[in-house]
Amino acid sequence: MTKKRSDPPNKVRVPEAGRSEARRGTVSPPNALEMIHVEKYFGLVCALKDINLTVGKNEIVGLIGDNGAGKSTMVKILTGVFPPTSGELNIAGQKVNLGAYNVKRAHALGLETVYQDKSLGEKQPLWRNFFIGREICYPLGFINVRKEKEIANEIMVKTIGFRGVGITVDSNVTKLSGGERQGVAIGRAMHFEAELIILDEPTVALSLKEVRKVLNFVHKIKSAGKACIYISHNLADVYEISDRFVIMDRGKIVADKPKREISLKALDDFMLEYAHGRMDEVSL
Amino acid sequence: MNPRRSLFSILGRIEGLPVVGVLLLLYAAFIVTAPTVFTHPLIYMSFLQTVPPWLVLGLGLTLVITAGEIDLSFPAIVALSGFIFAYVFKHVPGPWAPWLGIILALAAGALVGWVNGLLVAKVGVPSIMATLAAQFFWYGITILIANGLQLDIAAVEKTAAHQLLTGRIFGVIPAQAVWAAGLAVLLWFILNRHTFGEAIMFIGDNANVARVMGIDVEATKIRLFTLMGIIAAFGGLLLTIEINVFFPNQGQGFLLWTMAAVFIGGTLISGGRGSIVGTFFGAYIIGSLQAGVVATGVTSYWVQSVMGVIIIAAVVINVLIGDGRIGPASARIRKWILPARTPSVADGKMDDAEGN
Repeated sequence: MTKKRSDPPNKVRVPEAGRSEARRGTVSPPNALEMIHVEKYFGLVCALKDINLTVGKNEIVGLIGDNGAGKSTMVKILTGVFPPTSGELNIAGQKVNLGAYNVKRAHALGLETVYQDKSLGEKQPLWRNFFIGREICYPLGFINVRKEKEIANEIMVKTIGFRGVGITVDSNVTKLSGGERQGVAIGRAMHFEAELIILDEPTVALSLKEVRKVLNFVHKIKSAGKACIYISHNLADVYEISDRFVIMDRGKIVADKPKREISLKALDDFMLEYAHGRMDEVSL
Repeated sequence: MNPRRSLFSILGRIEGLPVVGVLLLLYAAFIVTAPTVFTHPLIYMSFLQTVPPWLVLGLGLTLVITAGEIDLSFPAIVALSGFIFAYVFKHVPGPWAPWLGIILALAAGALVGWVNGLLVAKVGVPSIMATLAAQFFWYGITILIANGLQLDIAAVEKTAAHQLLTGRIFGVIPAQAVWAAGLAVLLWFILNRHTFGEAIMFIGDNANVARVMGIDVEATKIRLFTLMGIIAAFGGLLLTIEINVFFPNQGQGFLLWTMAAVFIGGTLISGGRGSIVGTFFGAYIIGSLQAGVVATGVTSYWVQSVMGVIIIAAVVINVLIGDGRIGPASARIRKWILPARTPSVADGKMDDAEGN
C-alpha cells in the first residue's frame, strides 16, 4: 500500500530534477562528496589506502566489498566518528576541517547515515527518534513535544508514506518491521535536508518484502535530487538502484564503473573472482 | 480488534497507574486489617516523614537506571553528606553555619558523583563495580573522619534551615514530603521533557544509537552521576536534619529498599525507559509495608516476605503491560467469553509483521 501511493511523485519529480541540471548549464553543481587521498591507519595497520572517491549531486553510488574491505572504516570517517590519518574531505563543495569534525558537524553539512541496526532507539516512540540530537526546544532545553509530534507526523505521511498501517508518532520502534525502521531513518535524513545519505548495509537481516520497501525509499532519495552511498553485500540490490559502482578490497578502491558499462552478471562474476583471489585473470 | 484501543493498554499508558493501584489496594487492605491505625491521619503523616529521604534517592536512581547504569554508592553519600553538615553545624560559629553545611554537603555529593561518572564514562569501569568500590571507599572515609562517632546536632531544630527542609507546614505536613514531591515533578520534566532526559533514555536504550545521533554519551553520563551524587547528598541532609543526629552508618539498608522502589515503579532494569511517577509511589509502597504489616497484628517477621510478594507482583504487572501482552491477553479472554467471529482483515499491520 505504501509503495503504490509513493510512486506517482517519483515519476513526476524525475524530469524536474533533470531540468534543473540542464538549466544550470556550464556551471556544474558541487559534488556531494569528494574524498581526496584519504588514508587511515590503526597503529601500523592500514585500513584505508589512498582513497579517492567522488559522489556527484543526485548520484547513487553502490559501494561493494567483502568483509574487511574498509567500508565501515570509510563510513566512520565520513560520519565523523574518527578522523582519517591523512587526506582531504569536501562535502557539498565545502572543505571539511577534520580536526573539528564530528557527528553534529556532519549533520550540519547535510551528511546523514542510516545504519543496519543502530539508527533508532527501539524502546523510544517515533517522534523522539525523529528529533534525537536535534530537538526542537523551548528555552533551557525543554522539548517542544507538540511541535515535534506535529512535524514527525508530517514526515511520516508525506516523506515516508506511512498511512493506514496502524503506526503513529507515539508508536514504539519495536512495533515497526525492519523495512519500516529503515524508512523512518531515511525519512528522518530527508527531513533534515541531507544532501548525501549513507546507507550502511540497510537490508541485512530483512525479508525480501522488507528489502523492497527499503529500495523504494532509496528511489525517493534519487527523485528528491539527493545523493546516496549505498553499501551492501547484495549485488542485485545494489545493481538495481545505483548509478555507479565502487568496489573496495583490503582498504583500496579496486574498481569504479558507471552502471551502463557493466551488467549485473559481469559485476557478480567480478566479485566472485575477486573473492577467490584471482584478480590478475579478471578485469572489468 | 485494535490492541492499542483496548482498555488495559490505554490504562497501561498512564504512567505509574499500576503502582498507584497497588498502593491503594495496600492501604485498603490495611484499613480493613488494622482500622484503628489506618483510619487515623497520624500514620500517613508518619509515612510523609520517614519515606522522603530515600524516596529522593529513588528518584535519582531512576534516572541512573534509565541510562542503563547503576549506582550503589548513594548510601555512602547519605552518610558523608550527613557528616559534613553535622560537622560544619557544630564547629562553625554564626547563624549561617547550617546553610554552609548544606552547600558543602551537596558539593561533596557532587564530587563523589563526578568521580563515579569519570570512572564509568572516561575510564570505562562498569558502573556496578565503580560505585560498589565508591560505596566502600566513602563509607570508610566518613567513618574515618568522624572517628566512628555519632554527632548530636539537637540545636539544629531551632534553625531556619531545619524549618525549611524538615519543618511542619501548617504544623502537620512534613516539609521533606513537599521537597520530595517537588523534586519528583522537576525530575519528571527533566526525564520526559528535556534534552538531557532524552539523551539518558537513548543511552540506556542503545548507546551506539545515541552516539551516531550526535549525543555526547560520556559527558551525559558524567553529568548524570554528578546529579545522582547531589540528589543523594540532599537525601542525606533530609535524613540527618530530620533526626537531629549524624551516625556513621546512616544510609545502610537504603540500597535495597531504594532499588525495590524503582523497580516496583516500572523502570526497566535493561535501561531505556524509567518512570518517576512509578518510583514515587513505589517508595511509599515499600515505606508503608513495615508499619502496615506490624499494625495488622501479625509478627513483623512477615514484613520481608510480604515485600517480596509485592515486588514480584508489581514487576510482573509492569512486564506484562510493557510488552503489550495485557492487550492481547484481554483480547484472548474476550474471545473465550464472546462467541467466535470472523477474523478481522482491517489490521494492515498484521501481514507486515508476518513478513518480517
